[in-house]
Amino acid sequence: MTATTSRVNPNVSAATARAAAKAANENQPVTFGKALNTALADGLLADDSVVIFGEDVGTLGGVFRITDGLTARFGAQRCFDTPLAESGIVGMAVGMAINGMRPVIEMQFDAFAYPAFEQVASHVAKMRNRTQGKLSLPLVIRIPYAGGVGGVEHHCDSSEGYYAHTPGLKVFTPSCVEDAYLMLREAIDSDDPVVFFEPKKLYWSKEQVDLEQLARDYEAKKSAPTEGSARIARAGSDATLIAYGPSVSTALEAAKVAAEEGINLEVVDVRSIVPFDDETVCASVRKTGRAIVVAEAQGFASVASEIVARVQERCFHSLAAPVLRVTGFDIPYPAPTLEKYHLPSAERILDAVDQLQWEA
Amino acid sequence: MSAETTSDRMSEVSKKFGISPEDYMLPARHMINLLNPDGTLRPENEQGTEPGHEYPLPSPARLMEAYASLVTGRRVNDQNSALVRQGRMAVYPSSHGQEACQIAAALCLEENDWLFPTYRDTVAVLTKGVAPMEVMTSFRGEWHCGYDPKAYKCAPMSTPLTTQLLHAVGVAHAAKLRGENTVVVAMCGDGATSEGDFHEALNFAAVFNLPVIFFVQNNKYAISVPLSHQSAAPSLAHKAVGYGMAGERVDGNDLMALMAIMTRAVRMAREGNGPLLIEAHTYRMQAHTNADDDKRYREDSEVQAWIAKDPVTRMKAYLEDAGLLTDAAAAKIAQDAEVVAKALRDGMNQDANTDPRELFEHVYSTKSTQLAEQQALLVDELDREEA
Ligand SMILES: Cc1ncc(C[n+]2csc(CCOP(=O)(O)OP(=O)(O)O)c2C)c(N)n1
Repeated sequence: MTATTSRVNPNVSAATARAAAKAANENQPVTFGKALNTALADGLLADDSVVIFGEDVGTLGGVFRITDGLTARFGAQRCFDTPLAESGIVGMAVGMAINGMRPVIEMQFDAFAYPAFEQVASHVAKMRNRTQGKLSLPLVIRIPYAGGVGGVEHHCDSSEGYYAHTPGLKVFTPSCVEDAYLMLREAIDSDDPVVFFEPKKLYWSKEQVDLEQLARDYEAKKSAPTEGSARIARAGSDATLIAYGPSVSTALEAAKVAAEEGINLEVVDVRSIVPFDDETVCASVRKTGRAIVVAEAQGFASVASEIVARVQERCFHSLAAPVLRVTGFDIPYPAPTLEKYHLPSAERILDAVDQLQWEA
Repeated sequence: MSAETTSDRMSEVSKKFGISPEDYMLPARHMINLLNPDGTLRPENEQGTEPGHEYPLPSPARLMEAYASLVTGRRVNDQNSALVRQGRMAVYPSSHGQEACQIAAALCLEENDWLFPTYRDTVAVLTKGVAPMEVMTSFRGEWHCGYDPKAYKCAPMSTPLTTQLLHAVGVAHAAKLRGENTVVVAMCGDGATSEGDFHEALNFAAVFNLPVIFFVQNNKYAISVPLSHQSAAPSLAHKAVGYGMAGERVDGNDLMALMAIMTRAVRMAREGNGPLLIEAHTYRMQAHTNADDDKRYREDSEVQAWIAKDPVTRMKAYLEDAGLLTDAAAAKIAQDAEVVAKALRDGMNQDANTDPRELFEHVYSTKSTQLAEQQALLVDELDREEA
């Protein structure tokens, strides 16, 4: 591929492609799903050892179309369907990673990754450690997760807690289009296994993002690493909402309403659950003196609990109120007509904000 | 007469049919198929049977009963698909085209026998006797399972693939330990046979010599993935022999063949001859669900070709030719199907109305203080909303 040819479409010059992309960008925002799709394509382009496989990822392009067009473009050697067996998919990825490849695999839905949990917990997470660093597993397990889409049973679990609790795994979850691209590229390039959680309610969300520019910045390392770094999604001064993945938009919504009531909330997007960015999170809490952790997953023994503990340990003397959690209830994920009662809403967050011991 | 070990059982069975255990376990060379697509009875030498794999034709009364259920099943599938289009239901995985499999799987069971269905087995679940609106509770998004599994001897429709096959094995084992005469039918699709749980279930059932019939509806696709990409075995029925059980393949659009095979399988299982794997060759005529675009992975001509093999028209032609299905009988059957369809329409046209408080009621046998606290929070929110 010559330097003057577009990476996205080899049939046109880079300048033409850029102009077209720019024009397209101006009136056509990019979806979260498209950003992921582009990250996968760019990952395949950048490194021959990257392979993508899973259930329905080939001809169909995945049930959410995140792998759309990859088989057509890169061939069935690089993106292919497997038999229907999650343990098989992850187990095979382990072997391929041992033998020099970088598998990026798709679990069709959160709860359908459970048959593979043995492979993940027993091998993916432990391989580097048990071989004293002789074997590393540069693989990515993509999991569409969480609710808010009216999905049927077993299609809406927030399972990040199981993986975050398992040492040896990195756990990422983007909440905006730009991060969807950057974080997936980083996950593919990571020399450690990454469990990559995609909030499925965001797949169709759109933002004005120039993916080509982002790709160039990523490759020139002009973009700051997202791994282990939280992001200030909204600056504020009165209290900090700490959220990740699907809950970031809810937190932002709550912050908007609070602002109308004269309370200025800061929203921190955790984005890399493991490794966790204590520095950014704690700097925000020290500044505001109050914090609420918002997560869709059930709250008991959760990632949210861990964040509360860390903040409490590190920011005790800056806190004006106990750190609160607003999470899903401790119940199995409910049926679609009832999910609205289960999920943390902006109103529920605002109720918690009211409890932050404001001076009269 | 309950054989204790697998080899005892196999020699007993093979004595019964006058063939070797290998010949009994291996599926017949050809798919069992009693009726032609035009509804005429196939000559005996073309039915796919061979020694040990012959099946007597079901009685006219049985066939008429099965046909009536088949017509209802088709009506239910099409009614439910219409309700999805009208927005009364979020999702319905239709089994249009596969109804004969569903009827045979459920109809050959006695009241105390258990059925372990998947999401696609609405028609089998209805045939097992579950009330129509109770089946639909989960599809309308109200609650995950709307019927009492114990009352109907019908497990919740499983979404995680093949996980329920092991539960079927457990139900059968418990029944055996308690000296009960229960037979269990566990259903799954062709794609699901690749899952690890499928293999563990077959092995357990064979090792413990349990009365479980594994009923695979091979409808040729697992969402977009064709059978050839799922298994390299000569047939899915061949998988049985490796575990020490018999397998058989059957035309899944031939209700007569399905009834014949299922009737014998249930009898054999009840008599202590252990598990059986049935692979029924059928076709999913519609997309996986309404979220699926089947144009992306299959040709329309392939779908069209299966119309000629439709299970309903085939059985209808046979029964008419045999003088069993009179105009009056057909009218009565259509009327009965309409009653079920109307019950579905009426039920679905009423808004689902589950009390959100109930979310906390069924997590543990007694509500923890932690859940009571969360329930109080929700009740407070609901009260404020009302005020
Ligand atoms: C363990 C598990 N993995 C993935 C899925 C997602 N999924 C739902 S249906 C389906 C295809 C199943 O195909 P098949 O077993 O042939 O049954 P069919 O839908 O054709 O009746 C898949 C992959 C699931 N439900 N469970």
